[in-house]
Amino acid sequence: MASALSITAAVNPPRAVFVDFPLGHTSGKANDKPLQRHLMIDTLSALDSIQQPGEIRHLPYQWSEDDSWKDRVMRPESKRKSASTNHQDDRLARTDEPQYQSQADRRAAEQVLASGGCRSCVFLEAG
Amino acid sequence: MTVQRPAVDYIERTRTQYEHLGYPPYQWVTSDSTPPFVPLSKALSDSRVGLIASGGIYRHGQVAFHYKDDISYREIACDTPMSELRISHFAYDTTDARRDPNVVFPLQTLRDLARVSRIRELGPNAYTFMGGIYSARKVKSILAPALATRLQKDEIDVAILVPV
Repeated sequence: MASALSITAAVNPPRAVFVDFPLGHTSGKANDKPLQRHLMIDTLSALDSIQQPGEIRHLPYQWSEDDSWKDRVMRPESKRKSASTNHQDDRLARTDEPQYQSQADRRAAEQVLASGGCRSCVFLEAG
Repeated sequence: MTVQRPAVDYIERTRTQYEHLGYPPYQWVTSDSTPPFVPLSKALSDSRVGLIASGGIYRHGQVAFHYKDDISYREIACDTPMSELRISHFAYDTTDARRDPNVVFPLQTLRDLARVSRIRELGPNAYTFMGGIYSARKVKSILAPALATRLQKDEIDVAILVPV
């Protein structure tokens, strides 16, 4: 299942479905169970029926009536009207600190680590 | 009136953004050869289905992912309550995924379809990792083979991949 069509086409997987939704919603809208279910049934049908290696089947769903979200994706100039020569890289520096959703998550994980380790966390050696 | 616009070209927009920032172009993974293709050997209603997602999903009690080329993965038991799932990711808006992880990790959706026999069952575990790994080499030579081995060990017939 994919929502970035050009990236998926470049990778060229054996089969794919394209869901034309904003990134972070490839398998549906939050708390919309009927939509999530339809998307998955269509995905399973595609698994079953795609015969041509590399086919990307476009699923017939649209995020919103006017598709205006597409104008705002990765377009810093739409956030700031000022001259585009002034772009700053406002992304955060990346570290190898675990990024917990909450402090409670951090404490729970630290407890697990202190009492024998996280057996369902699999750390692979970089080659 | 409904207006349908063409798909967002993320490769093109990334190129533009990198140019603005004075960075060299990002090297996307490309494959021009015909992908390996194996027809399904049995009906989906008779298949064990696997789930792999790259949206930074972890379970409460697990170590969260980090943002610097993290190539680790998490096993998420397929009977995990959705309320125990958490999300951390730098490259997409996680607001909706935190409200309802099914939007990037359709575990409950697949459980519901197993209950009505649309698929036979899920495997014992789903597997999750942190997308946005800059080293395609590490994904290809380390992470992807490790996940493929897990799917084989779990005797998965078909797997659903949900990248972000």
